[in-house]
Amino acid sequence: MSLHTEPVVVNIGPHHPSTHGVFRMRVTFDGENVQDVEPVIGYLHRGTEKLAEERQYSQVITLTDRLDYVASMTNNQAYVLSCEKLIDIEVPDRGKYLRTIAAELQRVASHLVGVGFFLAELGGFGGTALMYCFRERERILDMFEMLCGARITVSFMRIGGVFQDAPEEFWPALRKFLDEMPGYADELNKLIFESEIVQARTKNVSVISADQAIDASLTGPILRASGVPWDIRAAQPYDAYDQVKFDVITAQGGDNFDRFWVRMLEVEQSLKIIEQCYRDIRSGPVRSTTSLLFRPSPGEAYVPIEAPKGELGFYLVSDGSIAPYRCKIRSPSFISLTLFKEMLVGWKLADIIVSLGSLDFNMGEVDR
Amino acid sequence: MGEALAENIVYRHVYEFILSVFGSELAWLAYAIATFSVVLLVVNVLMLLATFYTWAERRLLGRFTNRLGPNRAGPFGLLQALADAVKLLTKEDIVPRSADRWVFNIAPIVMLGSVLMAMGVIPLGEKTFLADLNIGLLYLVAVSGLGSIAVLMAGYASANKFSTFGAMRAAAVLISYEIPLVMSLLSITILAGSMSLIEVVNSQTIPFLLVTPLAAFIFLTAMSAELNRSPFDITEGESEIVAGYLTEYSGMKFGTFMLAEFAALMVAGAVFAVLFLQGWKWAILPSHIWMLLKVGLFALLATWVRSTLPRLRPDQILTFAWKFLFPLSLINVIALSVQRLLLADEFGNLQQQDMWLMVVSNWILMVVAVPVLIKITNRKSGIPFGESAKFHVGKGV
Repeated sequence: MSLHTEPVVVNIGPHHPSTHGVFRMRVTFDGENVQDVEPVIGYLHRGTEKLAEERQYSQVITLTDRLDYVASMTNNQAYVLSCEKLIDIEVPDRGKYLRTIAAELQRVASHLVGVGFFLAELGGFGGTALMYCFRERERILDMFEMLCGARITVSFMRIGGVFQDAPEEFWPALRKFLDEMPGYADELNKLIFESEIVQARTKNVSVISADQAIDASLTGPILRASGVPWDIRAAQPYDAYDQVKFDVITAQGGDNFDRFWVRMLEVEQSLKIIEQCYRDIRSGPVRSTTSLLFRPSPGEAYVPIEAPKGELGFYLVSDGSIAPYRCKIRSPSFISLTLFKEMLVGWKLADIIVSLGSLDFNMGEVDR
Repeated sequence: MGEALAENIVYRHVYEFILSVFGSELAWLAYAIATFSVVLLVVNVLMLLATFYTWAERRLLGRFTNRLGPNRAGPFGLLQALADAVKLLTKEDIVPRSADRWVFNIAPIVMLGSVLMAMGVIPLGEKTFLADLNIGLLYLVAVSGLGSIAVLMAGYASANKFSTFGAMRAAAVLISYEIPLVMSLLSITILAGSMSLIEVVNSQTIPFLLVTPLAAFIFLTAMSAELNRSPFDITEGESEIVAGYLTEYSGMKFGTFMLAEFAALMVAGAVFAVLFLQGWKWAILPSHIWMLLKVGLFALLATWVRSTLPRLRPDQILTFAWKFLFPLSLINVIALSVQRLLLADEFGNLQQQDMWLMVVSNWILMVVAVPVLIKITNRKSGIPFGESAKFHVGKGV
């Protein structure tokens, strides 16, 4: 006699402990196995692109803070770079270096959050791994507070440079962080990467091949974990990235383990970049003298940057007025979800939560 | 039961006090009240321990994770458990409309009941126990299985898909881990020659932790699976299935579940102390203190493991039980049986020098059997136990 069974549809999210905000999955389960999965997004839609059309160019910066709220610095950076290209102004050297330092600190912070929540989704550690990650992130946020007075919604970068020069106490804090962070990263690696359970849970799960990743136009750590050495910081340097040396980290597997192993290694490279910037930065102005209110000549601009989650760019179209005619946001998180179904179908309930965590997406950026 | 109780100090005092007041014609009343007060005492000791442990675990976990832990209510936050209880009592008690009301409501009671019943046979100190059952170990197994039934009841009655997931996982874990657990208890029975917990303690001239480390390891692993502790906490798995079988519970029903869970941990600690750490026996300090310390040691270990390990996937947990723990426990039982056959004298007793011989041979057995079994399991199941991180870092552009 065979038991009659039927698949069951479960709504995971929008209210669920590990859906990175308000992501919703409509999953068809056969027991614990995933038969089908359908993403439902839009719960955090705030109409940023439309709002940008109603504001002056310099006012849009605060809107970009709210896109990927764990990586506001790089959002600012992507937007102001596009603006600068549109009105064709040059940023002073010190401004460029400060931007690079801030962006790399933001990358470390964002990767720590990504890795922390990924591990929280692996279950337990009783919160140890998450708290270890957040402890270091806290120090970065403290430094952001020194730079601009805000911790999350920074609005630090301005068109033509940065808000203001770093205060005196910023540099010793940065030095201390640079000295201590490698030790903390080692501690984290010992706790996590040498854990057999972590490896058993994540290796060879939800593999994305290099071809698949390229076809879906994935970028960032997810693409590099599949073995494609593509990093905009190296390929099309912006700000001070042409002045620094760093390695583009790739892994071969394309599985969950590789995706967050790549992130941990990128933290190391980011520290290397900050170290060089710290060494090379010279005094001078941090911001070119540009009026806050300007009317760019009709045209368009797009400058992609390597945000912590992948390629981020603002496609700006100007019609000669004080506000952008169109502001299209190419957000990496949204595009990371392209291979969602291919990654999750066929795995188990416990796996899909972890695979989702390995994408390290952010709903603020997906829904915009 | 009567004989054991009569030796209990509390029982004796209460009994004699009532007799002196009412005279001997009310002996039945004195017997009833004295028995009841002893039971009340044991239950409350357990409940107090459990509430204290909720505080201790949160403080410890806080330290493990670079936090302070609860430190607001009372000195060192000691009254946190009280504050939690007050909060839970004032919460709305929600029963989902589509829930099976009856089953939904009695599930927490069954859960707590199973834990309290287990206390019946566990000695808390010298001559401090409610009953000396001659099938104590069997009784423990039977009663602890009831806890998982309560989880199943809660998950089924909640009419929530996440709860159902939790309940099904609990059932799977129960079926798989009960076997190694019973096997490890069996090896204790072989060593002690009795199923009575008092006899088990008395026969431990050397702690059984030394005599049969494999059984202790299997017991600890299987017990943490039965208790839904990390790394086997799939039943509640908060990042996957929200709160598992607890998803729909609120207010004091939720509190009862949590209390029962922590009390179960305390009971498991007491059982571990009795079976492997000579129970209440040791030098200098009074026996009850030793028992408490040993339970505390177990609790510390549980908290430590919880803060160090992530969760395994359900299928990996089952694979681990059937392909690794089960053969290991079989090997252990066979080895102990053979040792006993060879070493026991004509009355079936083991002398202390024989015990030391068993200590040596069993440690050797553990050192040999575990790696070999890991190798075999590894090849067959593809779960990379013991595989270290190997990674290639390529350089791009």
